[in-house]
Amino acid sequence: MTVAPKREDYDVVVIGAGPAGLAAAATAAEAGLSTLLLDENIGPGGQVFRAISSTPVTDRNQLGADYWGGADLVQALRASNAEVIHRATVWSLDRNLDIAVSIGGASAFVKAKRVILATGALERPFPIPGWTLPGVMTAGAAQTMLKSSALVPDGRTVIAGQGPLLWLLAAQILRLGGRIDRILDTTERGNYFAALPHAFAFLTSPYFAKGLSMMREVKAKVQVVSGVTELAAAGDGQLASVSYVTGGKRETIPAELLLLHQGVVPNVNLAMSADVEHRWDDLQLCWSPVLDTNGNSSVAGIAIAGDGAGIGGANAAVVRGRIAARAAVEALAPAAAAKLPSMAALRADLAKAERGRVFLDTLFRPAPQFRIPSGDTIVCRCEEVTAKDVLDSVAIGATGPNQLKAYRRTGMGPCQGRLCGLTVTELMAQARGKSPQEIGYYRLRAPVKPITLAELAAVPKSEADVKAVVRG
Amino acid sequence: MSRNVDAIVVGGGIHGCSTALHLCLAGLKPVLIEKDYAGRHASGVNAGGVRQLARHIPEIPLSIRSMGIWEKIKDLLDDDCSFESHGQVLVAENEEELAVCRARVAELNALGFTHEELIDATELRRLVPAVAESCPGGVVSRRDGAANPAQATTAFRRKAEQLGATVREGVAASNIRYSDGLWYVDVGTETFAAPVLVNAAGAWAGRIAAALGEPVPVETVAPMLMITSRVPHFIDPVVILRGRKLSFKQFSNGTVLIGGGHLATPYQDRNETVLDWKSLATSARTVFELFPVMRSATIVRAWAGIEAKMKDDIPVFGPSSRHKGLYHQFGFSLHGFQLGPGAGAVMAELIVNGGSQTRISDLGIDRFHPTTLGV
Repeated sequence: MTVAPKREDYDVVVIGAGPAGLAAAATAAEAGLSTLLLDENIGPGGQVFRAISSTPVTDRNQLGADYWGGADLVQALRASNAEVIHRATVWSLDRNLDIAVSIGGASAFVKAKRVILATGALERPFPIPGWTLPGVMTAGAAQTMLKSSALVPDGRTVIAGQGPLLWLLAAQILRLGGRIDRILDTTERGNYFAALPHAFAFLTSPYFAKGLSMMREVKAKVQVVSGVTELAAAGDGQLASVSYVTGGKRETIPAELLLLHQGVVPNVNLAMSADVEHRWDDLQLCWSPVLDTNGNSSVAGIAIAGDGAGIGGANAAVVRGRIAARAAVEALAPAAAAKLPSMAALRADLAKAERGRVFLDTLFRPAPQFRIPSGDTIVCRCEEVTAKDVLDSVAIGATGPNQLKAYRRTGMGPCQGRLCGLTVTELMAQARGKSPQEIGYYRLRAPVKPITLAELAAVPKSEADVKAVVRG
Repeated sequence: MSRNVDAIVVGGGIHGCSTALHLCLAGLKPVLIEKDYAGRHASGVNAGGVRQLARHIPEIPLSIRSMGIWEKIKDLLDDDCSFESHGQVLVAENEEELAVCRARVAELNALGFTHEELIDATELRRLVPAVAESCPGGVVSRRDGAANPAQATTAFRRKAEQLGATVREGVAASNIRYSDGLWYVDVGTETFAAPVLVNAAGAWAGRIAAALGEPVPVETVAPMLMITSRVPHFIDPVVILRGRKLSFKQFSNGTVLIGGGHLATPYQDRNETVLDWKSLATSARTVFELFPVMRSATIVRAWAGIEAKMKDDIPVFGPSSRHKGLYHQFGFSLHGFQLGPGAGAVMAELIVNGGSQTRISDLGIDRFHPTTLGV
C-alpha cells in the first residue's frame, strides 16, 4: 500500500533510514517535533542494517552482533511519533527546503523547517579492465542479496580489493555456506607503514579485535593473495577469468563471479544538487560536505549526518544523527532539548566512535592504479567513455568534469556520475597537474533519481500554468 | 603596467566567443574575458535550437546571416558542433492558432522573407508523425535545426584562441574605465587596454551598461530545460508550439530535450538557480498530451541557465550611444544561441569597417538612449 505524507509541512524531514537517519528521526520526534522520515528501501536499516526487520537470516552469529544492534534503533524509532515512509525516493531538494518525493509512482511535495540528510555512502568506483562485464559486481550488491534474501555465491568466486567491508562480506558469505575461491588483497604494502603512527588509537578501538578475528576466520578457509598491484577481468560477453599481478608475477584464474570493493565514499548527490558546498578530502579521497560541529551545511536548514558527512562508520553515524537532531530541536523547540542527552555527552560519544578511523583510512587508502584507469578501460558506464577518451578531451581543452560533458557526455546518463564522478575528477586532475579540489566535480541536478514523464505530468497544477509565447 | 590588445571582449558565451573569433579572422588580436569558463551559463546549457522560425522581425536579418554560418560551421571551427538540420516546426493546436500562423507567414512574405512556410495537417503529420491527431497544421522553417550548445560555444572559444585571441577564464573583468582613447579592464592582477570594448556579458551585461551610463530595461532570467533517458527514434525536426510554452527535440542518441521557457529562480551572484518543478510539470503534461509515445520516458535531469531578457524581447546589439569604442551584444532574451555565429561576424564588421550589410538598426541601444555621439 502506498501512503503519501500526511502533511505538507514538517519541522524536520530526515532523508534515509540507515543508522544516522533512524537515530535522527527518533531523537527529533521524541522531542516533540513533527518529523517525517523518508527512505528509499522497503524497510529500515540502510545498507549496514539492511532488512533488519525482515531478513530471512535468523542465526544471529551469521550476520554478527553489530548487525543486530540496528534492531534497537528501529525500536526507538517505532516508539516515537515520527512518520515513516519507505519506498520513498526523494528526487529533489533545494535551498528553500522544498522536497519532491516519489512514493509508489506518485510524486508529492513537502516543505521542512530543517532537513537532515542521512543518505549514507556509495561504494567507490573500481574501474579496472573488464569491470563492466556481466559477472563482475560490487561487494555491496552481493551483501544486499545476502542480507535481503540469504543468497550467496556457489560458482567460482573471486573477491578483490580491500577494506573492512570486504572482510565482513567474506566472513558472512562463508558463514552462510557460500563459495569463495580466492581473495585478492589490493592494499598497498606502503600503507601499513603510513598507518603505523595511528595504530595506537586503532588498537584501543572496538574495530581492532573484531577486525582481526574476522580476517583470521576468513584466512582459515580461503586462499588470500596479498600485495596485488594489477587486476583485470576478462571474458567474451561474460566474466571468464581474473588476472592479477603480485610480486611482479602475473597469474590468471578462471572465475564466474568477481566481487570488487575498495571502500565507500559519501553519497553526495542529493546534497550537491541542493548546492551544499563540498570539499575534496585528501585522506578519504572523495568529496565531503563542509559542515560545522552540529552537521550544519552551507545551506541554511540543511544538516548532514552519517557517512554522507564523511565516512565514519555505523557507530559514528548514529551519534552524528543524534547531534544533528538535537541541533534542530535546540533551534525549533529549545525547551524540549532539556530531555535529550547533552551536546557534550554526544560529542564524547562521537570521539569514541571515531577512534581508529584515521588508521583505517590510511591503511585502506586505495592505490592510484585502481582509482585512475588508463587506455581502453571504461570510466563512464552510462555513455561508454574510456580513460583514453577523457584524456583526449583534456588535450583539446576540457578543463574539468562539467566542461567534459560537452565533449563526451560523461556523467549525463541516468546515474548522474555515481559510477564515474570520482574517477573523472582524479583522472583529469592527474592529466592537468591540478588538485582534485581545483578540478571540481559535476554540477548535479534534480531529479537526483529519474522519474517518469507520466509521474511528473500528474503533479498538481500551479498558478504559473500561463500561456505565453516565450521560447528558447 | 597594462597590456595593449586590439579589442577587449567581456563574456565567454557564444556571442563573446564568436566575436573574438571573427575579430581574429579580421586580423585583430582581442582578449576574451570570462568570469567562469566559456559556456558556463546560458550559452552552454540552452536547448541548442538553431532556429530562424518564429523570430521577431527586427532580428530576422541577423538570424538569416547566422544560418549561413551554421550550415558551414565545420569549415569555420573544425568542429561540427553536432549541428543537424531537420527543420523546425511550429505546431498549431487548433484552427485559431493556425489562422495566426497564416497571417504571420503572409506578413513575412510581404517583407520579402520566405524561410517560414505554412503547412497543413498532412504535411505536419509527415514531418512529425508522433504529434496528436487533433493538430490542424503549422509553420515549418526547413533549414533550421539544432546543435550541441556546450560543444559549439567551446568550439568557438577554442578556435578563437588558436587564431590568436588571448583567453582569460575564471576571473571577472573589473574596474572598466576609459582614458585617452583606450578602454582599460582589470582581470585579477592584469590590466588590458584596447580602443575597443565589447560588452557580451550575458546576464551580467546590464550592470556593465548601467555602470557606463547606459541603463536598459533588462532582467535576469533562467529558463528551465529537462532531458529524458533514451527512447526509440520517433521525431526528426525540433517542435515548438504556437499557444503553449513548449519546445521539443530528440537527439540522435535517443534522449529527448523538453524546454519552452518556464522559468527557474536565478541567484545570479551565486551562479545558482532553483528549479520550479510545478512549472516543469506543466511542460510534462503538454508533452504527455501531444506525444503519447513519451509517456513512459524517464526524466533524468533538469536545469536552467542564467541569461538576460529585455523588456521588449529583442537584443541590444551595436555601438554604444554614449561612448566611442564601446559595443553592446547582450539581452538575447531566450533566443540568442542561433544568433551567436552571425552576431560575431556582424560585430567584427561594425568594429573593423564601421558598418555591416546585415540590417541591425532596430537592435541598437539608441532605442533606449538617443545618441550623444556626433555622427
